[in-house]
Amino acid sequence: MTEKVLEIRDLHVTFDTPSGPLEAVRGIDLDVEAGELLGVVGESGSGKSVSFLATMGLLPARVRVTGSVLLAGEQLIGASNKYMRSVRGRLLSMIFQDPLSALNPVHRIGDQISEMLQSHQSLSSRDAAKRAMELLDIVGIPQPSDRARQYPHEFSGGMRQRVIIAIAIANNPKVLIADEPTTALDVTVQAQILEVIERVQDRFGTAVVLITHDLGVIARVADRVNVMYAGRNVEQGTIDNLFDHPSHPYTRGLLASLPRPGKQRLKPITGFPPNMVKPPRGCAFHPRCDFAADICKSEMPNLVSYGNLQTACVRARELPKSERFV
Amino acid sequence: MSDELLKVTNLVKNFELRVDKGARRRKRIVQAVTNVSFSVAKGQTLGLVGESGSGKTTVGRCILRLIEPTSGSVEFEGQELGSLKFEEMRALRRKMQIVFQDPFASLDPKMTVGASISEPLIVQGVPGDHADKVLELLELVGLSADHAQRFPHEFSGGQRQRIGVARALALNPALIVLDEPVSALDVSIQAGVVNLFEDLQSRLGMSYVFIAHDLSVVRHIADRVAVMYLGKIVEIGDQEAVYANPTHPYTKALLSAVPLPDPKTERTRNRIMLEGDVPSPVNPPSGCRFRTRCWKAQDVCAQEEPMLAVRPSGQMSACHFPES
Ligand SMILES: Nc1ncnc2c1ncn2[C@@H]1O[C@H](COP(=O)(O)OP(=O)(O)OP(=O)(O)O)[C@@H](O)[C@H]1O
Ligand SMILES: Nc1ncnc2c1ncn2[C@@H]1O[C@H](COP(=O)(O)OP(=O)(O)O)[C@@H](O)[C@H]1O
Ligand code: SF4
Ligand code: SF4
Ligand SMILES: [Mg+2]
Ligand SMILES: [Mg+2]
Repeated sequence: MTEKVLEIRDLHVTFDTPSGPLEAVRGIDLDVEAGELLGVVGESGSGKSVSFLATMGLLPARVRVTGSVLLAGEQLIGASNKYMRSVRGRLLSMIFQDPLSALNPVHRIGDQISEMLQSHQSLSSRDAAKRAMELLDIVGIPQPSDRARQYPHEFSGGMRQRVIIAIAIANNPKVLIADEPTTALDVTVQAQILEVIERVQDRFGTAVVLITHDLGVIARVADRVNVMYAGRNVEQGTIDNLFDHPSHPYTRGLLASLPRPGKQRLKPITGFPPNMVKPPRGCAFHPRCDFAADICKSEMPNLVSYGNLQTACVRARELPKSERFV
Repeated sequence: MSDELLKVTNLVKNFELRVDKGARRRKRIVQAVTNVSFSVAKGQTLGLVGESGSGKTTVGRCILRLIEPTSGSVEFEGQELGSLKFEEMRALRRKMQIVFQDPFASLDPKMTVGASISEPLIVQGVPGDHADKVLELLELVGLSADHAQRFPHEFSGGQRQRIGVARALALNPALIVLDEPVSALDVSIQAGVVNLFEDLQSRLGMSYVFIAHDLSVVRHIADRVAVMYLGKIVEIGDQEAVYANPTHPYTKALLSAVPLPDPKTERTRNRIMLEGDVPSPVNPPSGCRFRTRCWKAQDVCAQEEPMLAVRPSGQMSACHFPES
C-alpha cells in the first residue's frame, strides 16, 4: 500500500475579474503518493499553478477556494494563516521558474538557508550554518563554504535554482512542488537541475510535484502524470501507460503534435485554448475534439478508470485505441 | 553558388558595456558574435541553435542591419549591405523581414490588426488602401476577414504570432528571420504555426533563418543547421548530418540534454552531463571557447583556436578532437 501524502478533492478556485468571475480550477481530484514524482502538464492557463498556489495557501484572501486538501491527513483549505505559515517550508515547499526573484538580493546565500532552517527548527546559528553548507553540497554547489558567503547576483541562473532547491528542502518537507523550475534555463542546465531534483527525491524520500509544459521532461523524470485542461484534470496514469496508449483525446492530440525525427507534417490540435471566463459547456475540450458528439456539450466528464488510466471523457469507451506516437 | 540569397562572412559584433565600480570606470567588451560565416540558399531554411546568450538574436539583427556589425560582411542577393546608401538600404529592407519571439510585445496594442498588417506597406510608400491585401494576408496565415477590425488583446498567443507573420509577409520578402517564433506558444499551437511556415515557404519560396533553442522544432523545419556556442559557430551542415552524427562535443551534449517524449528511450539513453554554465562572453575562454565544459579538452584546446573543418558526414565543425 502506498501512503498518500497529499489528497486534493474537488478543488475549485475562482478569481474576480473585470469581465466577471473566472473559475480557474474547476474541481480537481489528485493524490500525491509518498516519495513519488508526479508530473503535471497542460497548456498555459489550464490551472496548473493556481491549483498548487491554492494548496500552499499562497493566493490572496479575496480569491475563493473551496474543496479539500489533506496533507498527511490535515486539512489545509480554510486553515489559519498561522498554521499555513508553519506548514510552508516545513511540510510543503514550492519553487518557481524565476530563481532570482525568490532570493533576497542583500543577504548571503548561506544566511538565507540558515534562516529557513531556524524558522522551523531550534538550531544554533553555528549548526544552522553547518547544515546550510551540507545542503549546498547536496544540490551540487562546489566549494560550499566559499559559496555560502556570496550573494545571489554572484550566482548563475542554474546555480541560483540549486540554492532555491536547497532552501526548499532544508526542513525535509514531505512534498516539494516545483512549478516550471527549468523553463527559464538552458537545456544543458535543465538536465543538471532535473538530476538534482531526482537526487533529492531519492535521498530524502521527498514526493515531488513537477509542473511543466514539456512532455520530454515528464518522460525523463516522472513516475506518474496528471494532464490538465481548462481547470480540470482530464487524464492520469503512470508515464508508461500514458505515453503508450493515451486515452483522452486531448492527451492524444498533445502527443501527436510533437515534432519527431523525420519530416512528416505536424498535427496540431485545431482551435485555441478556451477563454476561462466563459469556458465551453460540458466537456471544455469539445470545440477542439475530433471525437466530440452532442453528449459532450452537456455532460462534464469526471475521471473514470479505463484500462490502466484514469480518463475524463464521456466517450472514452467508444474511442478507437490510440496509436503509440513515439 | 548561384541560388545563394544571403551570405554572411566573418561577422563580428562586440557590445561595449560600461561598468561603474566605485571610482573606477571600466569599459568591458561583450563578444556577442565572433567570426560567424554561413549562407542561405533561395527557398531554404537555416536553423540557428544554441543556448541563450550564444549570439543567435544578434546575428539576426545584424543581418537586417537593425544593429551595425562591428566587422564582417552581409551580402544579400549579391549586394554588400554595408556599402549601401540609406535609400538603397530602405528599398532592400522590404525584402528582408523579422518576426520576434514575443507575440505579445511585438504588436502595437492601440492599432487594429488590419492597421498593423498594412503599416509596412504604408511605410514603404506602396500606393492604395491595402484592404484587399490585408484580407489576402489574413487568409494566408489562417485568420479570417473579420479579424482585421479587432485589437491584439483579443487574440491568443498563436493568433498573435500569425498576425506578426502576416505583417512580415506584406512586402513579399525573400528572407524572413524568425527569432524564436514558437517558443512562447503551447505545443499544441506550435505545430500549427510551424506548418504555416512550411506552407508559406512552399507557396511563396522565401528563405528562413529560423532561430530557436528547441532542437526538435529545428530538426523538423531546417534544411541546414548552425550550432552556436558563446558567439561562434561550432558546427554547421545539413540537418540530417548534424543530428545523426554530431561531430562537435557541444552539439553532442546539447542533443543528449534534450529530453525526448518517450519514457522507454529516456530510461535507456546514455546522457552526457555537462558541468557548469556557459561562461561570460566578456572574457571568453582562450582557444576553444567550449573547453571549460568539455570532457575531451586537452592542453592544445586552451592554446589553439580550432577552425571549422569538413567531417566525413559532410558537415563542418570546429574541434581539435572531433567525435566520429
Ligand atoms: N490573480 C489572478 N486573477 C485573475 N485570474 C487569474 C489570476 N491568476 C491566474 N488567473 C487565471 O487562472 C487561470 C489558470 O492560471 P494558471 O496560472 O494556473 O495557469 P497555468 O496552467 O499555470 O499556466 P502557465 O503554463 O501559463 O503557467 C488562467 O485563466 C489565468 O488567467
Ligand atoms: N544591446 C546589447 N548590449 C550589450 N550586450 C548585449 C546586447 N545585446 C546582446 N548582448 C549580449 O550579447 C550576447 C549574445 O546575445 P543574443 O544574441 O541575444 O543571444 P541569443 O539570442 O543567442 O540568446 C549575450 O551575452 C548578450 O547579453
Ligand atoms: S468528452 Fe467528448 S469532447 Fe470531451 S474529450 Fe471526450 S469525446 Fe472529446
Ligand atoms: S577543441 Fe578541445 S575543448 Fe574544444 S570541443 Fe574540441 S576537444 Fe573540446
Ligand atoms: Mg503556471
Ligand atoms: Mg535570442
